[in-house]
Amino acid sequence: MTQTRTVSRNKLFGIPLPAGHTGVDLIISALRIIIVALIIIGAGNTLLEGRFTFEQWLALLFAGLAQGSIYALIALGYTLVYGILRMINFAHGDVFMAGAFTTVFLANSFRQSGFLDSQPLLAILILMGFAALVSMTVAVLLERIAYRPLRNAPRLVPLITAIGASFFIQYTFRGLFGSGFKAYPTVAFLRGTFSVGSINVPIAQLFVFVSAIVLMICLYWLVERTRIGKAMRSVSEDKEVATLMGVNIDLIIVFTFAIGGALAGAAGVINGLFRPQGVNFFMGFFPGIKAFTAAVLGGIGNIPGAMLGGMFLGVIEAIGPNLVLNGLGIPSANQLKDVIAFTMLVLVLIFRPQGILGERLSAEKA
Amino acid sequence: MGIHWRRLRQRQLSKRVQAGSRFLPTTGINPVRPGLLPVHDDHAQEWIIEEIGMTRFLFALIVIVLLGVSLAGAVLAQEPTCEDAIGCVTLAPDDPVTIAWMQTVSGPTSFFGDDAVGGIEIAMEQRDYTVLGREIELIGEDSLCNPEGGQTAAQRLVSDPQVVAIIGPSCSSAAVPAIPIASNAGFLMVSPMTTSSALTNPDRDAGGVWMPGFFRTVYNNLLEGAVAAQFAYEELDARTMATIHDGSNYAFDLALATERNFVEFGGEITFSGAVNVGDTDMSAILTNIASNPPDVLFFPIFQPEGDYLVAQAKFIPGLEDVIMLTADALLVEGFPIDSGEAALGVMLTGPAVTGEPYEAFLELWFDKYGEAPPSGFHAHSFDAANMVLDAIEAVAITGEDGTTLVGRQALRDAFANYRDFEGLTGNLSCSPTGDCGAVESMVIFIITEAEVFEGKWPPTILWKPGSEESE
Repeated sequence: MTQTRTVSRNKLFGIPLPAGHTGVDLIISALRIIIVALIIIGAGNTLLEGRFTFEQWLALLFAGLAQGSIYALIALGYTLVYGILRMINFAHGDVFMAGAFTTVFLANSFRQSGFLDSQPLLAILILMGFAALVSMTVAVLLERIAYRPLRNAPRLVPLITAIGASFFIQYTFRGLFGSGFKAYPTVAFLRGTFSVGSINVPIAQLFVFVSAIVLMICLYWLVERTRIGKAMRSVSEDKEVATLMGVNIDLIIVFTFAIGGALAGAAGVINGLFRPQGVNFFMGFFPGIKAFTAAVLGGIGNIPGAMLGGMFLGVIEAIGPNLVLNGLGIPSANQLKDVIAFTMLVLVLIFRPQGILGERLSAEKA
Repeated sequence: MGIHWRRLRQRQLSKRVQAGSRFLPTTGINPVRPGLLPVHDDHAQEWIIEEIGMTRFLFALIVIVLLGVSLAGAVLAQEPTCEDAIGCVTLAPDDPVTIAWMQTVSGPTSFFGDDAVGGIEIAMEQRDYTVLGREIELIGEDSLCNPEGGQTAAQRLVSDPQVVAIIGPSCSSAAVPAIPIASNAGFLMVSPMTTSSALTNPDRDAGGVWMPGFFRTVYNNLLEGAVAAQFAYEELDARTMATIHDGSNYAFDLALATERNFVEFGGEITFSGAVNVGDTDMSAILTNIASNPPDVLFFPIFQPEGDYLVAQAKFIPGLEDVIMLTADALLVEGFPIDSGEAALGVMLTGPAVTGEPYEAFLELWFDKYGEAPPSGFHAHSFDAANMVLDAIEAVAITGEDGTTLVGRQALRDAFANYRDFEGLTGNLSCSPTGDCGAVESMVIFIITEAEVFEGKWPPTILWKPGSEESE
């Protein structure tokens, strides 16, 4: 009797499934096979066709890594806040914008005064510090005004608030600086290229990649090796117990937002030096979404995961359209690069629902 | 209590008397000939005659006569009548003239809207916000850059019968649903920046959406595409071309028009693709193009994607010798400044918006807003506003009592009859299907060091259609 019931429960279109499998499992397996097959066919076609040289692929790889580094830097802020509060701070992309947009004026005055060319490294550090300060202020105010009153509200409430806050920040900055586009000055030493084998890699790409790695390591060290990092991890584990142990939760949460904001501000300047154009009040929106995707891809709440997710997404976006979609004969492949990015997200999540480096999502964390 | 009660009754009584005398003239009661009274109640009749008395009757009679004379006079001599086929906007003596803009003033495309609204406001300011001796009331509606926005904004504006004309929308995608709404409501709609060829094409079968009442002061993509293709093929001796659009109605339509013309000349299209609005990394599409480098890369896309494309093309091996040709979407003062050295040698198609009047306009803009215009359509908007105001002045009829009528069909006709209107963007003449863009002023610009490093604007003109020699 029991056996019959088990069998009847695991049927798909009337066909009995192997023991322990459900229809959902089968569909997911089929999805895995289809997506992987499409990718292999597309990539195989493109490579056999030989349209792109090895150097071009390498150039794409480096461009993707650099773009991914920007995503990663923003993703760190998402993952940090999620790790502590289990809340998706959708306004984080706009915190990034706040720093980048405000600092563009300082950067241009540095260029005009000649400071940027005479002391480029010092100037860049000052710019990053200033942007970090601006973004940090915005992030801390955001936490204090928009999120703290809702900390014990149902989870959807702060999410919607975050979207509202995102608009608020955008239009505040539009009111301050207008809706036109600004651009960062180009720094002389970032303009050149260096050779790796037979290809020339722009130094700006290396700069953004190295900066992202350095900032990620600093953040990782902060969270894993310092006293306040320990407090952050304890709040992340269990707020009540952390309180009992004498951790000032409010302070830790403000600190988390401050660090995330400062990173976003620094990312804004790094982004500005890497891709000087397109600074305007809406610049945080798309990178914000991509960075969130990157954070999920890497395993949200996990710092190296955010880094890896960002790089992965950047590389996929750069290589994917040419490698897979061209091979499948899809016209206007580049327009579908988001499709590639999100297909990869789906692919990773159906193999590893917790993300590339994600920990188990226990009931209380999820 | 008792006293109160009495007072109340007295007051009610006196009120009744007043009411009786006041209503007397309009009810047509003539006490001199009581037989004509509508007799319902003899008591009431007596009461009226008793209460009012003879002097009051005479007074009332005079009032009636005076009123009648003045009313008759107004009807016969002063009130202008609307003889327009689709109706008029009636402006009472103290009414302002309501002009509406619908532009994208929020979201990622708000730089278009701000650009247009700025141009419109400067045009109004130059006339002290006065037309027909009346104040101009400028209202606005956010039409975004998508069909939903265009639909909503148009619906809201046509629901106000006092709106004389609509200046907008900003985007072709918003214009597609807005055109039938405005047209069916009898409105005049003048767009300063929608260039899609479908908008002024009345042929439904060919995808056209034009309807009466829609005009634009910007040129048609077909024209710009023809100029771009001719320049590429004949002047640059290009035989292969790649195009990139951004999925917007404008860019897709323009890329397509250019491709068609280029193929007609005998050229070959090696690649046609698109980037997404919001992309920052252009290396994938540029590498794709570099795998089979064309002579010319035509990319009619906007800031910031256009900036990124120009800046990153420098680093893509294989694109060194490709001529970069873009369109008026990047004819923005910020483009050479933002793109820096990478913009050197980039060519643009666009209207020759140059000369002293334009420089004077730019100065006004700078004084008002403190920075350069955010996009390249402020001059078209300025012209649109002036053309609308001139048309209103031409067709308005004011009666002796000060009431003004603006015929809606007359306004449309006045627009369609514009010939060589001297605007900032050239001499504008309107076609019967709404194309007013200055056709002769389409030129090719080139970005030189002066634009990048010295802030020279508008850029250097490289070539004019019809001219044999390039400068």
